[in-house]
Amino acid sequence: MTPEVLIPLLAAAVISGTPILYATLGAMFSEKSGVLNLGVEGVMLTGCLTGFLVAKASGNPILAFGAAGLAGALTASLHGLVCLVFQGNQVVSGLALTLLGTGVANYFGTAFVGQAAPGFAPFPIPWLADIPGIGPVLFNHDPLVYLSYVLPPLFWLFFSHTRFGLNLRATGEFPGAAAAAGINAIAYRWAGVLVGGFFMGLGGAYLSLAYTHLWTNNLTAGRGWIAVALVIFSFWRPGRAVFGAYLFGGIMALQLRLQAFGTTLPSSLLLMLPYVLTVAVLVFSSLHNKKTGAPAALGVNIEPRD
Amino acid sequence: MRIGIIFMALLCLAGISTMHAAERELTVGFVYVSPVGDAGWSHAHDQGRLALEEMPGVKTAFVEAVAEGPDSERVIQTMARRGYDIIFATSFGYMDPMLKVAGQFPNTVFMHCSGFKTAANMGNYFGRIYQARYLSGMVAGAMTTSNVIGYVAAYPIPEVIRGINAFTLGAQTMNPDVTVRVVWTKTWYDPAMEKEAAKSLLDAGADVIAQHQDSPGPQEAAQQQGVYSIGYNTDMSRFAPEAHLTAPVWNWAPYYQQVVQRVQDGTWQASSDWLGMAEGIVDLAPFGPMVPQEVQDRVLAAKEQIIRGEKKIFSGPINNQQGDEKVADGVILPDTDLLGMKWFVQGVVGTTE
Repeated sequence: MTPEVLIPLLAAAVISGTPILYATLGAMFSEKSGVLNLGVEGVMLTGCLTGFLVAKASGNPILAFGAAGLAGALTASLHGLVCLVFQGNQVVSGLALTLLGTGVANYFGTAFVGQAAPGFAPFPIPWLADIPGIGPVLFNHDPLVYLSYVLPPLFWLFFSHTRFGLNLRATGEFPGAAAAAGINAIAYRWAGVLVGGFFMGLGGAYLSLAYTHLWTNNLTAGRGWIAVALVIFSFWRPGRAVFGAYLFGGIMALQLRLQAFGTTLPSSLLLMLPYVLTVAVLVFSSLHNKKTGAPAALGVNIEPRD
Repeated sequence: MRIGIIFMALLCLAGISTMHAAERELTVGFVYVSPVGDAGWSHAHDQGRLALEEMPGVKTAFVEAVAEGPDSERVIQTMARRGYDIIFATSFGYMDPMLKVAGQFPNTVFMHCSGFKTAANMGNYFGRIYQARYLSGMVAGAMTTSNVIGYVAAYPIPEVIRGINAFTLGAQTMNPDVTVRVVWTKTWYDPAMEKEAAKSLLDAGADVIAQHQDSPGPQEAAQQQGVYSIGYNTDMSRFAPEAHLTAPVWNWAPYYQQVVQRVQDGTWQASSDWLGMAEGIVDLAPFGPMVPQEVQDRVLAAKEQIIRGEKKIFSGPINNQQGDEKVADGVILPDTDLLGMKWFVQGVVGTTE
């Protein structure tokens, strides 16, 4: 592959991978606290629509991006209500959240299909964007992509070097012991659910504010589920999440480019690639299930003390 | 005197009711596959519906974003049960559900767009959009400097393949060296995917982007990259004012008015109508200011020839992708071959699978 082909492909991989990266980090945050949230797709969609609507009404994309995060947190709080207050089944609640989020976004979004809203435009970073090879791939994007570069190291620092992060993980590993050590496990799980939902909402907003500026129903098109799979693939490590997200983004971009460059492979096979990869990733991860780093109490509710 | 007034009033009432009998109040229902605000396929049909509202004695209603399959059957059935006189269903996948409902309501007129099945009370109709695509191809062929045109396309079905072929033949009349690269998205409406597909074509060297989708996503990509684009369905220039050269567009109003008029007159009969530029069903959107006058003149001259029936798009000699002759010199491809077209003409890069 020549550089003229490879560089646009890698740049496209970063763009396609960014919404998945935000959502994966959000899902990871929630799961670190021990709450499995399978509602990523639904949370992303509510964030996606809120971002679009706020941008359209206010003309301010930054405000819209923040509002999308809050909408994501609000949607995820329903999951918190079911799992942390009423001790509901996390898997069932997450699936219900996907259906609810999709339905709500379709209900309120249908009237806006095909309409455009202001959003983020590419902003090449001076000097860095001129570096041959790396510049166009990494530093010729919109500001939300740059923000996503900063997040994984911050998440890593947070999980391994801050008291709050360590307490959060303790809650996800062994809530009983955490509670015995004086940690308010329920409060930490709420934090996990809400902050996780915030980042899933941001992932959705990336699609309606930067990826395209046009609204359509189901803009996320299954990216939430890919994020759920990527948390497992990344063994709950933020650094590997970056790799996974760009790998998926790259596969999505690659199949279209193979067609554009005149491959003779049937397009149906190429379009299957991201989903085949999802299955492959899960098979690969489950072969290593001894040391995946999954929080020990993931999906297990904290029984209320009498 | 009083009796006289009552008599006059009765006469008036009778007059009004006979007038009603002459010009029956018709209710016309439309079923759309996507929301009407989408600037695309359903929006074009809805413009036709609005034109019906102008007709005296006609009321219309529509249901948007109806999924093909069982959902559409329920919607069509509800309309029929409520006593709608004419029902237009405007997506291919509504064909079999509509046929089923048509059997249950013999007094209702059913009209299906883009299919091939009919019944005593069910007609079908479609437009020869490939004629307009040929003309838009001429514009694209004249404007490209890299000689590569990108084409974002939904599904490899005859309707789309026919459009790509006509577009390519048109482009080749202005520029024999042109190639048209095709990327299939396997979706009718996904702006993000369509934009990404357009970007992949730009990376492959295309400097004009055409499309057979229902969203302006490809137009957005072309505008961002500073290259030209050809829209589809409706005039998409507001989404990409600097990129939009022209677009093959639908104009359903005259046809819909004709159908309703026939039903009003009691002369309607089920038929298969495949109408083109001559009937005004398909057309070309206004040219962007960047299209040179001489190009516009040549395109408009070809349009006149198509309208007069002097020019047939698929007249030989036409070679397929491999360079083998598919249509011999002097032969005009019949409609049955057009409706089942599964091969690309020479100059198209891509597969039909």
